[in-house]
Amino acid sequence: MSSKKRTTDFLNLTRRQLLAGASAFGAGALLSGRAFADAPPTAKVNTTGLAVTDTEVTVGILHSVTGTMAISETGSVEAEKLAISQINEEGGVLGRKIKFIQEDGASDWPTFAEKAKKLLVNDKCAAVMGCWTSASRKAVLPVFEQYNGMLYYPTFYEGLEQSKNVIYTGQEATQQIIAGLDWVNKTKGSKSFYLIGSDYIWPRTSNKIARKHIEGHLKGCKVVGEEYFPLGHTQFNSVINKIKLTRPDVIYAIVVGGSNVAFYKQLKAAGIDLSKQTLLTISVTEDEIDGIGGENIAGAFACMKYFQSLDNPNNKKFVPAFKKMWGEKTVIGDVTQAAYLGPWLWKLTAEKAGSFDIDKIAAASPGVEFKGAPEGYVRIHENHHLWSKTRVGRARTDGQYDVIYETADLVEPNPFPKGYQ
Amino acid sequence: MFGDYSFGDLMSILAMQGFAGLILFSVFVLMALGLAIIFGQMGVINMAHGEFMILGAYMTFLTSHLFQAHLPHFYAGYFFVAMAIAFVVAGAAGIAAEWLLIRHLYARPLDTLLATWGLSLIMQQSFRSIFGAREVGVELPQWMMGSLNVTDAIQVQINGLFVMALTFIITGIVALLMYRSRWGLQVRAVVANRIMSGAVGIDTRRIDRLTFGLGCGIAGVAGSAFTMIGSTNPTAGQLYIVDTFLVVVFGGAQSLLGTIASALTISQSRSTLEFFSTGSMAQVITLLIVIGLLMLRPQGLFVLKVRR
Repeated sequence: MSSKKRTTDFLNLTRRQLLAGASAFGAGALLSGRAFADAPPTAKVNTTGLAVTDTEVTVGILHSVTGTMAISETGSVEAEKLAISQINEEGGVLGRKIKFIQEDGASDWPTFAEKAKKLLVNDKCAAVMGCWTSASRKAVLPVFEQYNGMLYYPTFYEGLEQSKNVIYTGQEATQQIIAGLDWVNKTKGSKSFYLIGSDYIWPRTSNKIARKHIEGHLKGCKVVGEEYFPLGHTQFNSVINKIKLTRPDVIYAIVVGGSNVAFYKQLKAAGIDLSKQTLLTISVTEDEIDGIGGENIAGAFACMKYFQSLDNPNNKKFVPAFKKMWGEKTVIGDVTQAAYLGPWLWKLTAEKAGSFDIDKIAAASPGVEFKGAPEGYVRIHENHHLWSKTRVGRARTDGQYDVIYETADLVEPNPFPKGYQ
Repeated sequence: MFGDYSFGDLMSILAMQGFAGLILFSVFVLMALGLAIIFGQMGVINMAHGEFMILGAYMTFLTSHLFQAHLPHFYAGYFFVAMAIAFVVAGAAGIAAEWLLIRHLYARPLDTLLATWGLSLIMQQSFRSIFGAREVGVELPQWMMGSLNVTDAIQVQINGLFVMALTFIITGIVALLMYRSRWGLQVRAVVANRIMSGAVGIDTRRIDRLTFGLGCGIAGVAGSAFTMIGSTNPTAGQLYIVDTFLVVVFGGAQSLLGTIASALTISQSRSTLEFFSTGSMAQVITLLIVIGLLMLRPQGLFVLKVRR
């Protein structure tokens, strides 16, 4: 019974859209103006009832602006809004301006799922830029697959996932974790690793992959400790004592969100000097250092694909544009940059496909290149991840990173690496 | 796990672990003292207690900027001024909250829970609107960073020592106020029998207001101290509120000594267990212990014997 109702609605919608499209086509011929002349008729670009009109297309933004993850996700929202405003200035997507609807996931995974459903079913967004933690992505993935939406997900994550309905603009484990471990083993000769993380899927899976790489692929290396703390935990003195006890060559830290601040402050207070004790992290970007304080983390190494201090023409335009929109004191981390890529990649894909339909976008995505990316050049792979370079940076007291290592070529994304599951 | 270390090493590890436990204990006492006064003595369930702490933290942030801009020579001592300011501002905010909101709800404890929860949401949003949704970094003066080397192997964190000293001083002051001053006598009288106290001429309204203000002021100082060890952002108060209520209820709501005893139990249990197992497991086992003890003794560890 409900499917019958949906079909009738669908037919009504199509008929309405056809009439609107036909009249708009006729009216458009009379009107001058670049936008209308460039815009393909709605009936052609939208055959599945998405929120597309002749002048506008709606996308959703779904991030936490409240809760323990707000420190990390605010940057992504700012980057997405910057990208959308830049795209609109250039004429929009398929001749239509982007209108966005923003929802707050509130650092609560069920809320993410609920808001995702609202954006797809009620608002019929043509694309959603959203999520940060793997927990939030896992919560919304069934929603996107059931209602056939398209999610642009900006965070580096543990891999082991691939979906027709998601484009992953951040690095996955082999690009980030394995390259970083190889680098620290080769340049520092590190043999013992102490793994620390927040207690949810990303740090646990990442440490599992890290452990397999350390013990299986790096000669003579071992893991001397592995600890997890709930998100929002603020007392790290016991584990810091344990670290002092075991004296590892490398502290491998995947502490997430607000806990970062407590961890690095307490690490410094306990007298651990990061210029002597090697600490490699994959979860601290310039955004987190803003809250931690550069003096507490200077000397630590981070493995990312983007740093604000990158020296290339794209980044030299991107950083001032971001600061102009959001304030001179804002900082730009890896995830913020990956979030900036989302709307641009979606625009390029929609223009390649000539349509907003999710199935056509999913089919057209592999091979889409973005030459204006602040990190350099990126390309979407068949597995919906990005070809990108891997870099290692060293934190400075002013809160920025010095880029000290960069892979020569783009690293191929491999979300299901053999031997790591 | 302990096989590779000499006796001397083991002793220093135990010493450092004990010290970590003491720091956690001081943190809990600071958090819970303010709430023990409000909840224990007045029976007001103040869900906004965490936000008063963060108010103190933000005041510290503002003070540090003020000193950096106008009084750079005195920067080393700014923290003491910041704590005083945090106390005054949080206390004033507490008095304002009591006068506007709480005093209408003394007879309805469950409604104060809802009202103070609403207050906490309002405070969180005002922090977000004034200071932004992101963390703010509070810079410490140089002498407060790093650690002291007591011996070669034992290192003691300076801010840990600071927090412990602060807790000691504040607890001492509160104990003096409660048990040796005229005001403390009046507070205890109001708690024991409100109607009779009113009848003998004690201004119960004024006592309530000042007590609430004091509790919030202590929360402000605690928040100020926590800028050293944790993050300052609009929702950070939520990280502390659950533990704070846990400590107060477990100790027996009406007894300050109970609060201290329960802070000691919970902090030592958690920090010891964290050392031998994982962070999450330590929390689970600690909470199981608390649940078990509360089932045997629902009033908490220490109970005031009152004739009713």
